[in-house]
Amino acid sequence: MKSRFLMANALLAATVLGAAPTAQAENLTLCWAAWDPANALVELSKGFESQSGHNMSFEFVPWPNFADRMLNELNSGGKLCDLLIGDSQWVGGAAENGQYLKLNEFFDKEGISMDDFIPATVTGYSEWPKNTPNYYALPAFGDVVGWTYRKDWFARPELQTEFKATYGRDLDVPNSLAELKDIGEFFQGRNIDGKKVYGAAIYTERGSEGITMGVTNALYNYGFAYENPDKPYDIEGFVNSKGAIEGLEFYKDLYDCCTPPGSSDWYMGANIDAYKSGQVAMQMNFAFIWPGVEADANVGGGKSGYFPNPAGPAGQFAQLGGQGISVVASSDKRAAALEYIKWFAQPKVQQDWWKAGGYSALRAVVEDPSFASSQPYAQTFLDSMAIVKDFWAEPSYASLLLPMQARVHNYVVAGQGTAKEALDALVEDWKEVFEDEGKL
Amino acid sequence: MPKSAIERAAEVTPPAVARRIKGLSDRAIAWIFVTPTIVILLAINIFPLIWTIWLSFTNFRVNRPNNAVEFIGLRNYERILTDPDTWMTMQATAHFLFWTIFFQVLIGFALAYLINKKFKGNDMWTTIIVLPMMLSPAVVGNFWTFLYQPQIGFFNYVVSFFTGVDPTSFSMIGDVSLAPWSIVIVDTWMWTPFVMLICLAGLRSIPDNIYEAAECDRASKWRQFWTITIPMVLPFLMLAILFRGIENFKMFDLVVQLTGGGPGSTTELTSINLKREAFEKWRTGFASAYAVILFVTVFGLASIYVKALNRVKAR
Repeated sequence: MKSRFLMANALLAATVLGAAPTAQAENLTLCWAAWDPANALVELSKGFESQSGHNMSFEFVPWPNFADRMLNELNSGGKLCDLLIGDSQWVGGAAENGQYLKLNEFFDKEGISMDDFIPATVTGYSEWPKNTPNYYALPAFGDVVGWTYRKDWFARPELQTEFKATYGRDLDVPNSLAELKDIGEFFQGRNIDGKKVYGAAIYTERGSEGITMGVTNALYNYGFAYENPDKPYDIEGFVNSKGAIEGLEFYKDLYDCCTPPGSSDWYMGANIDAYKSGQVAMQMNFAFIWPGVEADANVGGGKSGYFPNPAGPAGQFAQLGGQGISVVASSDKRAAALEYIKWFAQPKVQQDWWKAGGYSALRAVVEDPSFASSQPYAQTFLDSMAIVKDFWAEPSYASLLLPMQARVHNYVVAGQGTAKEALDALVEDWKEVFEDEGKL
Repeated sequence: MPKSAIERAAEVTPPAVARRIKGLSDRAIAWIFVTPTIVILLAINIFPLIWTIWLSFTNFRVNRPNNAVEFIGLRNYERILTDPDTWMTMQATAHFLFWTIFFQVLIGFALAYLINKKFKGNDMWTTIIVLPMMLSPAVVGNFWTFLYQPQIGFFNYVVSFFTGVDPTSFSMIGDVSLAPWSIVIVDTWMWTPFVMLICLAGLRSIPDNIYEAAECDRASKWRQFWTITIPMVLPFLMLAILFRGIENFKMFDLVVQLTGGGPGSTTELTSINLKREAFEKWRTGFASAYAVILFVTVFGLASIYVKALNRVKAR
């Protein structure tokens, strides 16, 4: 009898006390891509679990299937994910179709200001329509395409001498895309430590978004623009401008001259493998790989250096990567999911996020005087984030991406037609999409 | 005397049920048994087919639930049939179909002919030969990307060994002229054993006394092969071609893993293209029209083929 009385009291106390921070402990599921930063987030989220009493589960999907799997989930109104760290280009569709919760009210209530985050990440990951204060995500992971290079190879005196004799300048971080190609050519087929090496690993993947994420780093810097800045969706002469054609030709030249044999379908993972195994002198890749490079036994510990995407004739830009964290509108645990976002936005947590290998987009973290020297790649990350551009984030983003994948791959890898034909065809494809959408 | 199954069933039927079905005709009872199957078939086969046909005349997109669905007549069909890219994927599919079936039938029949001979280790070889078809196509596609790797791939090494060509000088999945053959080679490697098994069944179904009679008539081995073996195995071969044809028309996983449809769109088969339209671009109406066109094509070709098959069997 006594024990029953004690149990009843304990239950009552637990109910009352437990109700203080939130109504009840929830099992929250966070969905993201399966990659190194996701593992870091699992560790980081333990802090949220102990603080809030909620349990966190994770659903990580490999990159090649990430979009398929998650967009299926959103489109079917599935309840698998309460929180989703979705690709930046999904925000338009998810916002217009009511799949992400609009966060403005929540941000206002909790005092979370988008001014505290890197502007490019706010525009890229959170806003829809772009450049309007309508937020559907909190910038979660800043990312950008940059370059990694073999600092130890570049420093070899015999290579320095030979390079200077050939190109009339020091073998160093390239200042332009043309210089980058020179370096690629220099290393292509060279024998280093008894092994044949190649110039650069670049994105060429056909199936998902790979080659588009790569080629845009050349296109932007040669003068490609998605649309007329004064007239939305007016793409003729911008997508296929003279500069854009030269940019596409440059990317093909780079592929032809300076990449390893068989690299016709390479994306993030393949480039990392090629670089870490000592096949290439340089690799194009998103910044998320840099902590892994630094920690690698073969190429880390000072053997590698980092530089932002070099400038072209029309300027210096880099392809934006990264994601924002959103609350899935069909979730039954929205209150707890918002709690997670509130917790994640805290400067202390963002600081820990950076230390754990996640790229925080909070200005307080990246603008801290100690940030630039905190990691060998930190300054390159900052420099790269200052020059980002992103692909379309329209609701019809996939319909815009797929023809670009096909047209660019057809020209760059398959060598069919000319750059002008490829971009002219892309313009026609995109016009058709915008006509279908009623935007033209 | 043991009771029959019907008598035993009658005994265990509860009286209430027996009273209820008493007076029902055989036809009514048959309907009672068949109805659940018909309902399930209608629900999971016929209804989706009719629904797909309806969607093919609309601009419906499954990822835009808030948009109004408009009836657009034959516009989807017109766009598909006048799109040069669609015809390119059709060409890629035709190339893949023709050459995979050609090689599989040729090699599969030859292997079956050899395996059919009595020799030591016959069973072991049969088991080894059929191993590839037991693997997952996705796994096969994935590991062949390594075999085709110019720097470390076994395939390039073997070609180099026999021809002296530098293994890094060619890329099976990165070269426009080689990529269509790369998928043909892998599919042939994987599915030839299937054709072999069907041919083996055909060869083993030929009674020995026919060959014995031919021997008595002093027919040469060559004559026996063309006048007995081939005609008797032909229906089996045609069946194998039908199965492989239908399977390869909808080939997806192996090719996606191997080439992703590339380089460019060189190996983008119709099924890959259809999947991109339906589940990446989410053009549900358009993809439905595409699916209907493919369905009609396969159904039409298969019907003609089955008629031919029946004629061969009737001979």
